[in-house]
Amino acid sequence: MKRIHLGYAGAIALMVLAIHTSIAREKPASNEVAIDNFSFIPQTLTVPVGTTVTWINRDDIPHTVLSVDKTTIVSPALDTDEKFAYKFTVAGTNDYYCSVHPHMKGRIIVEAGKTSP
Amino acid sequence: MRDEIIHDHNHDGIDRRGFLKCMAWAGTGVLFTVYGGVLKSYGLDKVVSGQVTPAKGELSFVQISDSHIGFSKEANKDVVGTLQTAIDRINALPTPPAFLLHTGDLSHLSKAAEFDTLDQVLKGCKAQDVHYVPGEHDVLNDNGKQYLNRYGKQTRGDGWYSFDYNGVHFMGLVNVLNLKAGGLGFLGNDQLEWIEDDVKGLGGDTPIVVFAHIPLWTVYPDWGWGTDDSAQALSYLKRFGSVTVLNGHIHQTMQKVEGNITFHTAMSTAFPQPAPGTAPSPGPMKVPAEKLRGVLGITDVNYIQGKSSLAIIDSPLAS
Repeated sequence: MKRIHLGYAGAIALMVLAIHTSIAREKPASNEVAIDNFSFIPQTLTVPVGTTVTWINRDDIPHTVLSVDKTTIVSPALDTDEKFAYKFTVAGTNDYYCSVHPHMKGRIIVEAGKTSP
Repeated sequence: MRDEIIHDHNHDGIDRRGFLKCMAWAGTGVLFTVYGGVLKSYGLDKVVSGQVTPAKGELSFVQISDSHIGFSKEANKDVVGTLQTAIDRINALPTPPAFLLHTGDLSHLSKAAEFDTLDQVLKGCKAQDVHYVPGEHDVLNDNGKQYLNRYGKQTRGDGWYSFDYNGVHFMGLVNVLNLKAGGLGFLGNDQLEWIEDDVKGLGGDTPIVVFAHIPLWTVYPDWGWGTDDSAQALSYLKRFGSVTVLNGHIHQTMQKVEGNITFHTAMSTAFPQPAPGTAPSPGPMKVPAEKLRGVLGITDVNYIQGKSSLAIIDSPLAS
């Protein structure tokens, strides 16, 4: 009997784990920006100081990540599925765009007083 | 299928019905002839197959665009093959064109090997004289330095230039660099000043052909299909009787007539893009393989100097 009970408990635990995993997969990581259909998703991302944000290009067309000031964030051209990471060490608002398709705009808000977990 | 569109010059923007009928998906090239300042364009497919006989003009040339060498996604896994088809068609023309215009996006990722492949394919073209302007895919990561070294040695600034051929003045412009956040294509003050200066000595009866990658008219700003400061550039050309603007970038045929200026965009040799607003984004459009090579559009521009309106006849080919 005891063994069977443990078996059930194990199965339930696995199911719970599976549900958790599927939920986690649907939600993008809080420090990730997807480039999809010529858009930055999410368009605005708020992160604590010290966070490394990663952009990943899901389009069939190359894109870039470039700060509006053209100096802070400067990525190379990202081909399909290529990633670019940048660590934000200063609090403030960072507006950026794709230098190849400048109608694509995004914003990273870096909050002071918090640190990256 | 044959549709005639009479453009009404009294309203701005694009008539949606006419706009959609101007579309053609994918193609190989456009042949232009200039006769007495009148420029006509023909889809290469119909010229080669003998369905259309181009008027023998003082000058004929071919525009190809958006070859995107290096692209290998589902929309077309053989962009070298389709470029080769375009070159084969040009070589089969009854009258060889004087030269080619390539209106940019030669490469997909500005890689040296991609430019090498393009050069290799174009070596097989009977018309050896090719005039280029860069697309945004040709100036990635280096602000166009490699492009300039390869294709823009005789040019000014970021690669703009002009030349004359049989009395027609050609101007190759660059509108893919120094793009501003939220903006469209961009020419910049240096180039604008050069344009003004370049046409100063020309008589108003000189036919002008302007070619650049991104459309010099506002096709669809939501997708970045336009050029921020094109109006100023075109203002310097208002006194000319015949101005033709040839662009690429949007991978589909579209035309607009505004006063003395006829705007025309070319098909890509690589992959089609959706009509404005018909898809979530302007990304490559996937069509059945047999349509990619087979669907072509033909566009006749009947352009007569001094007339206030003109008829544009587009014939999208049925599959």
